[in-house]
Amino acid sequence: MTINTQQPDATQVSAPPDTSPDGPSRPSRAPRTDGIWPWLFVLPLLIGVGTFFIWPILQTFWYSFTSWGVFGGATFTGLANYGRLLTDPQLYQSLVNTIVYTVIVLLGIPIAVWLASLLNTPGLRFAQFYRVLFFLPYVAMPAAIALVWRIMYNGDFGIVNWFLGLVGIDGPYWISTPGFALVAVSLVGLWSSLGFSMIILGAGLKDIPPELYEAAELDGASRWRQFHALTVPLLTPSIFFVLVVTTISSFQLFDLLYAILGSTNPVIPKTMSLVFYFYNAGFIDNDKGFAAAIAMVIFVLIGIITVVQFRVQRKWVQS
Amino acid sequence: MTGIIEARGSKVAAATRAASRSRTQTTTRPGRRGGSHWWIHVVLGIGGFVMAFPFLWQIVMALSTNAQVTSPTPTFWPGELQWSNFARVFERLPFLDQLATSIWVTLIRTLAQIVLCTLAGYAFARLRFRGRAVILGIVLSILLVPSQVYLISQYQIVQGLGWLDSLAGIVAPGLFSAFGTFLMRTAFLNMPAELEEAARMDGANPFQTFWRIMLPLARPSISVLAITTVLWSWNELLWPLVVSTRAEDMPLAAGLATLSSDRTIDYPLLMAASLMAMAPVLILFIVLQRRVIDGLASSGLK
Repeated sequence: MTINTQQPDATQVSAPPDTSPDGPSRPSRAPRTDGIWPWLFVLPLLIGVGTFFIWPILQTFWYSFTSWGVFGGATFTGLANYGRLLTDPQLYQSLVNTIVYTVIVLLGIPIAVWLASLLNTPGLRFAQFYRVLFFLPYVAMPAAIALVWRIMYNGDFGIVNWFLGLVGIDGPYWISTPGFALVAVSLVGLWSSLGFSMIILGAGLKDIPPELYEAAELDGASRWRQFHALTVPLLTPSIFFVLVVTTISSFQLFDLLYAILGSTNPVIPKTMSLVFYFYNAGFIDNDKGFAAAIAMVIFVLIGIITVVQFRVQRKWVQS
Repeated sequence: MTGIIEARGSKVAAATRAASRSRTQTTTRPGRRGGSHWWIHVVLGIGGFVMAFPFLWQIVMALSTNAQVTSPTPTFWPGELQWSNFARVFERLPFLDQLATSIWVTLIRTLAQIVLCTLAGYAFARLRFRGRAVILGIVLSILLVPSQVYLISQYQIVQGLGWLDSLAGIVAPGLFSAFGTFLMRTAFLNMPAELEEAARMDGANPFQTFWRIMLPLARPSISVLAITTVLWSWNELLWPLVVSTRAEDMPLAAGLATLSSDRTIDYPLLMAASLMAMAPVLILFIVLQRRVIDGLASSGLK
């Protein structure tokens, strides 16, 4: 072995004599593998990914079938966690809250399609300035901007209710009323993801050949007709992409909810999301087995929704 | 299920195309309707104002007195600007400690991801080895799993290593990224093979080929990786919240989210702190706006 390492040709290690039967039939310019090199390239990553991702995924799956003592140590309890989970009303409350949040955030997609098509008007001035404005919420730290929204939503002195007062609406105590708290958080979610959707859709719009619009113009198609007969259908692949990505990220709502409402807000039980429920179980109540079961449920739900979206896609996305 | 990964891949290609196109045609055609875009400006102007308002209002509140912030009639211009609110942040909160943590966490993760993901991405795209497809499939499958699934176990690993309440604990899992590997693999896959072959003919080993030929060509994708990692790392809340309990050890996001209630009713202080916490990333964004927007669009990261 020590002699072998002196040899500069590392390909020797796993490319033994080129006399294999299929040797001549291939274009035998290069050996079939690059020997030890690829492993040197991938091993650092693989060790980390294995330790911090692959192994944890398998372990969580196992944990979801165990119960944890006060001093740690897991005992196998079969489906007990899942049984308890499926009979816990909090699961369904969190699921409904998560769905409501996701639906409200998804309502931003049609708005984003419209705004993106306006933003991509050829020759529009200040387009880059608008792009920056719309994208600003997406890059802002959720934990920080949430504090601003918390004050803006304040029932006594928040500016949101002051604006509503201008049009004669007596605004509620947003953050401390269960139903309103969820809507308040959802609107912030919509606000912060709108720019991202617009940018993705904008990239899709740039791929539509301008000749099509010129032809439509010659045919005397109105701006609105161009929008819904040309832009929207040709944009469906991008719309689909935004839909899938937004759904997956909305289903994992945590930061905004935690930071806007605050961890000790009494509306939390009625307003919490699935990930919040998971966080409470795993890291506040220290019920790791139960939390693992919640994580698996979140995983399966996101999987199902994504598969369904891909199935339904064939019906409305133009290829 | 791998459809989403493919969708991201095609997105990367599409956005790169769009980006290069917009770069080559810097001047677009003049308005079709002779520049009568005023109503578009009205719509986008109102929308842009709604988007920017919370930031503007945050600045106003950060410079106001607490009495002005808590008054039912809003004070749009505080009169005398209360710069002392910013000074109070450093007196009353462990802001500098948290800022240092955020900077270190972000720097270390970004550098590590650039090195590890670029190396692995290159091997997955261009080098041949046994089991390549299977290993790549396993790495990419992580992209389909929501982070909650590995959180508990990651916590225990970090606990086992004695890294709770330490920089190492916050940093560790984020050094490795399946997404980054995927991004870099796509970048290397899209590069012409000729240069590489020429280098190999000249007797360069795979590392030399990678380092001298391919890495310089991958610079645009590396900047996308750097931007996404910086943004994600700076803003991340859940993981640091889980592994750090002492305020001084937390990065800014976790620090802001766990302020005790006696601090959170000092609104101008809160606004000054949150403004300074966001500022580095917002400034970076405004300076590198085109690159950030195109980069994030091409990555499809959310």
